[in-house]
Amino acid sequence: MQLWLIPILPLLGFLANGLFGRRIPKALINIIAVGSVALSFAWVVKTLLALAPIETKYVEHYFTWIQSGMLNIGVDFAVDRLTAIMLMVVTGVGTLIHIYAVGYMEHEGGYYRFFAYLNLFMFFMLVLVLAQNYLLLFVGWEGVGLCSYLLVGFYFTEQFATTAGNKAFIVNRIGDFGFSLAVFLIVRQFGTLDFTKVFDAAKGMPVEASAGILTAITLLLLVGATGKSAQIPLYVWLPDAMAGPTPVSALIHAATMVTAGVYMTVRSATLFMKAPITMDTVAVIGLATAFFAATIGLTQMDIKKVFAYSTVSQLGYMFLGVGVGAFSAGIFHVMTHAFFKALLFLGAGAVIHGLHGEQDLRQMGGLRKQMPIAAITLFCASLAISGFPFTSGFFSKDAILVAAYARAPWMYWVGVLTAGMTAFYVFRAWFMAFTGEYRGHAHPHESPLVMTGPLMILALLSLGGGFINVPHILEPMFSEAAENQALAWLSAGVGILGILLAVLFYVVKPGLADSFAKGFGGIYTLVYNKYFVDEIYDAAVVEPLVEGSRTVLWRGIDAGLIDGTVNGVGRRSRGIGSILRLIQSGNIRSYAAWVVLGSIVLLIAIGFAGVLR
Amino acid sequence: MNAPVPLSWYLILSAILFALGVAGFILRRNIITVFMSIELMLNAVNLSFVTFSYQFKQVDGHIYSFFVMVVAAAEAAVGLAIILTVFKNRSTLMIDEVNSMKY
Repeated sequence: MQLWLIPILPLLGFLANGLFGRRIPKALINIIAVGSVALSFAWVVKTLLALAPIETKYVEHYFTWIQSGMLNIGVDFAVDRLTAIMLMVVTGVGTLIHIYAVGYMEHEGGYYRFFAYLNLFMFFMLVLVLAQNYLLLFVGWEGVGLCSYLLVGFYFTEQFATTAGNKAFIVNRIGDFGFSLAVFLIVRQFGTLDFTKVFDAAKGMPVEASAGILTAITLLLLVGATGKSAQIPLYVWLPDAMAGPTPVSALIHAATMVTAGVYMTVRSATLFMKAPITMDTVAVIGLATAFFAATIGLTQMDIKKVFAYSTVSQLGYMFLGVGVGAFSAGIFHVMTHAFFKALLFLGAGAVIHGLHGEQDLRQMGGLRKQMPIAAITLFCASLAISGFPFTSGFFSKDAILVAAYARAPWMYWVGVLTAGMTAFYVFRAWFMAFTGEYRGHAHPHESPLVMTGPLMILALLSLGGGFINVPHILEPMFSEAAENQALAWLSAGVGILGILLAVLFYVVKPGLADSFAKGFGGIYTLVYNKYFVDEIYDAAVVEPLVEGSRTVLWRGIDAGLIDGTVNGVGRRSRGIGSILRLIQSGNIRSYAAWVVLGSIVLLIAIGFAGVLR
Repeated sequence: MNAPVPLSWYLILSAILFALGVAGFILRRNIITVFMSIELMLNAVNLSFVTFSYQFKQVDGHIYSFFVMVVAAAEAAVGLAIILTVFKNRSTLMIDEVNSMKY
C-alpha cells in the first residue's frame, strides 16, 4: 500500500525547498510546498479508501533499524482507525494551512525557509502518527519539537522570538526526558517496543490497584505528554510560542503537534487502563489545566494569546476525556479542535495580516465591515468552541463531559464552568475585534482568496465536523462513551450563557468589563499576569539553575577545578623545567665534565654491582 | 726470544692515553686542541681493542677498531668543517666563547 509515500512526499518538499529555495521563484516554492502536502493528503485518502473498512491493524515493515540482543526495532508503519483519523486531520488541515500560508507569508523574508520547515514538520508529524513502535514515534515526537523550535524562532532577529523558541525547546526537553525513561522501562519490562507486542503482553497483566511497573511507565509517558501537549506544569511554553508566524500557531500549536500527547496517550490506552492511578492523574491534570488556562484567557488582550490559552484549555479537556476513560471522545475533540482552533488562529492571522501586524484587541474593533469573511468564519469557529448546539464542539466536548460525569460528577461541573468561560472569552475576543468602533490606526483590508478560501472550508468543518461520529468509528478499539442528553444540553446551555454574558459585557454595556476588572482589582491583576507562573518558574527553577551553573559549575567546577588542574600541571612543569634548564649552560667544557662525571659514577656503580654479585 | 710484552702494559698505556685525552678535552680552551684530544681518546680505545683482540686471538677487536677509524675520519671531516664555520662567524677558537646554545 506504500504507506511510506505519505511522509516521504513532504520530506521531498523540504529537501527541494530547503536546498534550492533560495534560487527558485516563489511560485515554484509554493507549488512544491503546497503540492507535496496536498499529494500526501491525496495518498492518505487513496490508501484509506483501499483499506476501508480498517477492521484490523494494517502493518508495513520496511527494514530492521536496530538489532541488539533480544531487542529488535524495525521501521514499521501501521494504519488502524485511530491512525486513519489522525492522518486525515494532519494532512487535511495541514494542506489548508499551507495554502493559507502562501497568502500570509507573501511579504515576509525567509519565504523558502518557512515552507521548508513547514514541510519538514509535516514529515515528522506523519512519522509520529504512522509509527508502529515507541522509538519511531519518538523520532517523530522529537522531530516535530525541532520544527516547532525552528518555526517559533522564525523571526530570529527578534529577541523575544528566539527566547520563545528556546523556551519551547527546553521545556519540551523535560517532558521528553520522562518519555525516554518510559521507553527504557518498556524495553526492560516487555523486551520490545512494538505496539502490538507490548499491548498484547500488557493485556495479560492485572490492573494495578497500587503503584507498579505499568503505573511508572504510564506516569512517565504522561510527563512526556504534558510537555508536548502543554499541560500543567509544563504548559508555559505554548503561550510564548505564539511568537512564531500565525500559520505555525495554527498548524503546530493548535491543530496537530500539541495533540501528539493526546494521541500518544490514546495509542497507549491499553497500558493506561491497567494503571488507575495514572488515569486519575491524567484526568485531574487535564481538568486543572482546562480551568486555569480558561481563567487566564478571560483577561488577555493579545488576540493570539487568548487563543493560545484557549488551546491549552482545550487540550486539558482532551486529557480529561482520556483520563476518565473516554479515549474516543478525546480523539473526537482532537479532530474538532483541529478544525475550529486552526480556524480561530487563521482568522486571527487574517485580522493581523489586514492590520499590518497589530495583535492587540484594544487596537481593533468594528472590523466586520472591512473583513466580512474573517468575521463570519471566526464567528463559526467561536460558536464551535463554545459548544453551541450541533456545531462540532458541541458533540466532542459533551462526549467528554458526559464521560467525566460518569467518573465523578464534580469533574463534570468544573468542566461545565470552564465551558462557560471558554464561550465568554472567545466571544469577548470576537466582539472586541469585530463590533463597535474601530480603535486602531491601520487601514484594515480583507485578505486575498488564498487566505479566505481555507477559512471558509474550515468554517464548514467547524460547523459540520461533529457529524463525523468519531466515537462510533473508534468503537472496535475503545468502548463507546456513555450518552446522556440532559447533561449535554446543560453544558451547551452554560456555553450559550457565556456567549450572552460576552454580549452583555462587550456589546450592550461596553463599560461593564472595565468596572468589573476594577472591582476585582487584585484577582484581575493576578489572572492578567497569568498567576505569575512564569515569574515563579523563573525564581524557583531558572534562576537557581542559572545561578548554580554560574557559581558552582562554571566558576567552581570548570574555572576552579578543571582549569585549575590543567593550568596547575602546566605551571608545575614549567617550574621544574626552569630549574632543569640551568644545566644547559652552553659551556661545552662543562658538558664534557658532566659526561666524565657520569662515566665515573657509572663505572663505580658497575664495580659495586660486580662486587655485590 | 724475550718474553712478550705483558698485556697490562698495553692497557695501562691505553688508560694513560685516554686520561690525557679527557684532561685535554676538559682543560684546554682551543677548539683544535679539544678536537685532537677527542682523537686521542678514540685511539686509546682502539689500542685496547687491538690488545684484547691479540690476547684472545679473535678478529672482532680489529674490526671494531677499523670502525672507530672510519667514524673518526668522518668526525674529523665534519668537525673540522664546523670549526672552520665557527671561526668564520665568530673569529675565535676559544671554546668558552662559543656558548650561545644555552637556556
